Amino acid sequence: MSKTDLLLDVRNLKMHFPVKGSFLSKTQNYIYAVDGVDFSISRGETMGLVGESGCGKSTTARAIAQLYKPTGGEVYLKGKDLIKASAGELMEARKNMQMVFQDPYASLNPRMTSGDIIAEPIRIFQKRGLVDMGKDAMNERVEQLMERVGLSRFFKNRYPHEFSGGQRQRIGIARALALQPELILCDEPVSALDVSIQSQILNLFKDLQQEFGLTYLFIAHDLAVIKYISDRVAVMYLGLIVEISGAKDLYKKPLHPYTQALLSAAPIPDPKVEAQRRRIILTGDVPSPDKQRPGCYFYDRCSKRMDHCKTQRPRLKETEDGHQVACFLYHDPE
Amino acid sequence: MTNEVILQVKDLKTYFTVDEGLVKAVDGVSFDLHKGETLGIVGESGSGKSVTNLSVINLIPTPPGKIAGGQVLFHGKDLLAMPQAEIRQIRGNKISMIFQDPMTSLNPFLKVSTQMIETIVLHQGLDKDAAKQKAIEMLKLAGIPAPEKRIDQYPHQFSGGMRQRVMIAMSLSCNPEILIADEPTSALDVTIQAQILEIMQELTKRLGTAVILITHSLGVVAGTCDTLCVMYAGRIVERGPTDVIFEDPKHPYTKGLIRSVPRLDVENSERLYSIQGQPPNVIDLPDCCPFYPRCEKAMDICKKKYPAIANFEQGRTVSCWLYSGAKDE
Repeated sequence: MSKTDLLLDVRNLKMHFPVKGSFLSKTQNYIYAVDGVDFSISRGETMGLVGESGCGKSTTARAIAQLYKPTGGEVYLKGKDLIKASAGELMEARKNMQMVFQDPYASLNPRMTSGDIIAEPIRIFQKRGLVDMGKDAMNERVEQLMERVGLSRFFKNRYPHEFSGGQRQRIGIARALALQPELILCDEPVSALDVSIQSQILNLFKDLQQEFGLTYLFIAHDLAVIKYISDRVAVMYLGLIVEISGAKDLYKKPLHPYTQALLSAAPIPDPKVEAQRRRIILTGDVPSPDKQRPGCYFYDRCSKRMDHCKTQRPRLKETEDGHQVACFLYHDPE
Repeated sequence: MTNEVILQVKDLKTYFTVDEGLVKAVDGVSFDLHKGETLGIVGESGSGKSVTNLSVINLIPTPPGKIAGGQVLFHGKDLLAMPQAEIRQIRGNKISMIFQDPMTSLNPFLKVSTQMIETIVLHQGLDKDAAKQKAIEMLKLAGIPAPEKRIDQYPHQFSGGMRQRVMIAMSLSCNPEILIADEPTSALDVTIQAQILEIMQELTKRLGTAVILITHSLGVVAGTCDTLCVMYAGRIVERGPTDVIFEDPKHPYTKGLIRSVPRLDVENSERLYSIQGQPPNVIDLPDCCPFYPRCEKAMDICKKKYPAIANFEQGRTVSCWLYSGAKDE
């Protein structure tokens, strides 16, 4: 893909949250939720972001959307740096970048009807003169959107509590589509749904992408979901990306020891396959992201650790087959 | 796994009365549990998995709940007809439970030692020191490093995975015959889930404990369970050996469920199969097959009557008119 197709480019993104130091002490402590993340997404592509809880997936998405003001780094959307952008410029950029959230119960205002929820982004942009749409046109657009995501237009005047979890997520998707954005940041949009509903929503995401040429940053912790939906996948651990590769390649040939462990831990719904699998069981828990370490963040749990992994941090580097991996097994320390 | 049946659930019915009507959360569930067997119960939210198991140990809050019928025979004695004093001897001792959220099932105000010793003293009649030794031994078996020190800590000092290990140690400390695990790994990350499932399998195998594992994850079931019950809207729609069901699912719901999960190990097709429609509202459910509005193979009879159970080889049962219809004719 050529450079001109680049839609989102994230460079060295950092998001540190201050936490209170101990009583009387002047030192300020931080949670290093995202600590230098680099990746880019081309137009029409789906980038999967996967990792365990607390690894910084959601924070990354929110920092890209500028819902948090990032501590450092650059976020280019169509070549424009959102971090340095003025409030007006940011507003305009957001028209092109919408979010779908995990919890369909918490992300819809219970006192608004589904029709109002979907029309809300249009209204907001209309107030600022960024969208010009008459009342009838807006109504029609809302109805179109509802039908497109699989909800009857007669549900327009219903409130969120009258819908099931899967239907609420459809409302959330319709709202994200209202401004015809190019990029949608999906933060665990199917994790709270039941299996049979999850597959419906995943298919809806795929169909919408084809129809509107959407680009997704798709966050999930379920590796099989990520594999199904993504073109490329980035694996995060403790605020850093440890591996990026094409979705198919990643599952065939994971390079980073953490990716390998993660893949082998994911259960496969087939007893015959499960009976023959050998799991890499990681010892210990994910450490707390409350300090920056000099070495590899995965050092404590890695089965292939070497001496220099403790003292030097591996950078994300390209290997010959198009993978990017941050591990000294694949490139020498500097 | 031997052929000795230790728990027999027969036509269990648990209803809840709510403002909107009657919720038949569990409506005629039957299954057998053999010694040392791991039985999986899968289903989506609201299908009655958890209520089934709360009913088994008679922990349904009354009102609004009510066990409306059926029997739960533990070594031939009906747990539902037993006086509370007697069932307390069994609960936590012969039959113990692990819940989904280890933070809410451990008392945050009490040290782990206090909570574990209480159970052991109560059920095993050991004195406090011996009980503490036993507790430490169990924590060690559950893979908690430095159990002598950690036993005197409070639940909040443990991570999610560690807390679930404490729950496993606690629930197995009285050598129960049955362990009921209600979504034990659903709140955990995949790498921690793998650790916990392994510990649970290893320990129950060593102690000869039978397990009822409730989960919504087909992957977890495939890797751990000997037998499988698939629940939909308060009933078991298909039951049988796990590998046979995965190989050749018969009920359209089971078929759809297995096909709609994306898989890691094979190339997924461009589109995922999906079951159309929404799970049914279980309030005042009519006496028909609750799956028929979503079923690809729905027939006229499905709208009129709940299908009778059809039996297959290897103890398999399926509740679907595709199979039970043939017998009526």
